[in-house]
Amino acid sequence: MNTTVREDRETQQFRAPAASVTEDGEGYVLQVEMPGVSKDGLEISIENNELTITGRRSPSEVEGTLVHRESRRENYRRTFELDPSIAAGKIGAKIDQGVVTLILPKAEEVKPRKIEVS
Amino acid sequence: MSLIRYRTPELAAWPSFDRWSNLRDELNTLIELPLWPNSGRQAQLFSGWSPALDLYQNNDNVVAVVELPGMHKEEIEISLHDGTLTISGERKSESPKSANGEKAERSERYVGKFRRSVTLPTRVDATKVNASYRDGILTITLPKAEEAKPKQIQINAG
Repeated sequence: MNTTVREDRETQQFRAPAASVTEDGEGYVLQVEMPGVSKDGLEISIENNELTITGRRSPSEVEGTLVHRESRRENYRRTFELDPSIAAGKIGAKIDQGVVTLILPKAEEVKPRKIEVS
Repeated sequence: MSLIRYRTPELAAWPSFDRWSNLRDELNTLIELPLWPNSGRQAQLFSGWSPALDLYQNNDNVVAVVELPGMHKEEIEISLHDGTLTISGERKSESPKSANGEKAERSERYVGKFRRSVTLPTRVDATKVNASYRDGILTITLPKAEEAKPKQIQINAG
């Protein structure tokens, strides 16, 4: 494996997208805003208990001269540390209108449960 | 937690109509804001959701592109009045489980109303405006009015 190639990739410009995390007894729901990213531009990976979401913008289809710009051209990347209670093998993801939703279920053994008294 | 949009210094170099529309946005916010006696009015004025807006122009159209992630197209309102394009709407909190005790751990996503106005650089044909919403990006195509289109003028040889 060529390490230089990897370094090149790391110098790419990314911006951290806005995110929200909610938790309930069953697990976590992580939502990340990536306007301009379609399913094809999305890459989600888990390494060393770290979840990395990378979103690459689809090229703009608008023809013409730019008169005014507020949007940023960088792609998105953000890394989240996974709680040890999360069952990494059961993570589900979808993207809808530029919002990535990840369902991070808790492992069975850490879910709150009621103990029946016999 | 509310996020404040980072404004790049080069904004000052934009043509004057953009600065006017920014001012108008701010004035609109002022008018619409209820007067909360205890909360920081200053903070409300400059925080909140101000979706990024790009404006393009070609021979036939003016195109506005707005980043609106995670909306339903029914929640977006587009209006054109007197050469000013306004995009407004409201993003509702979409946690379906919040009723049974789900707690927000951390949220940077803005929920609530937004409103952006931009003064268009040329006159447009309001009857032929077309809008599409894909990947959280709203694209509004406004065909230029006939008289605003660039025209080639033939020189007649005498």
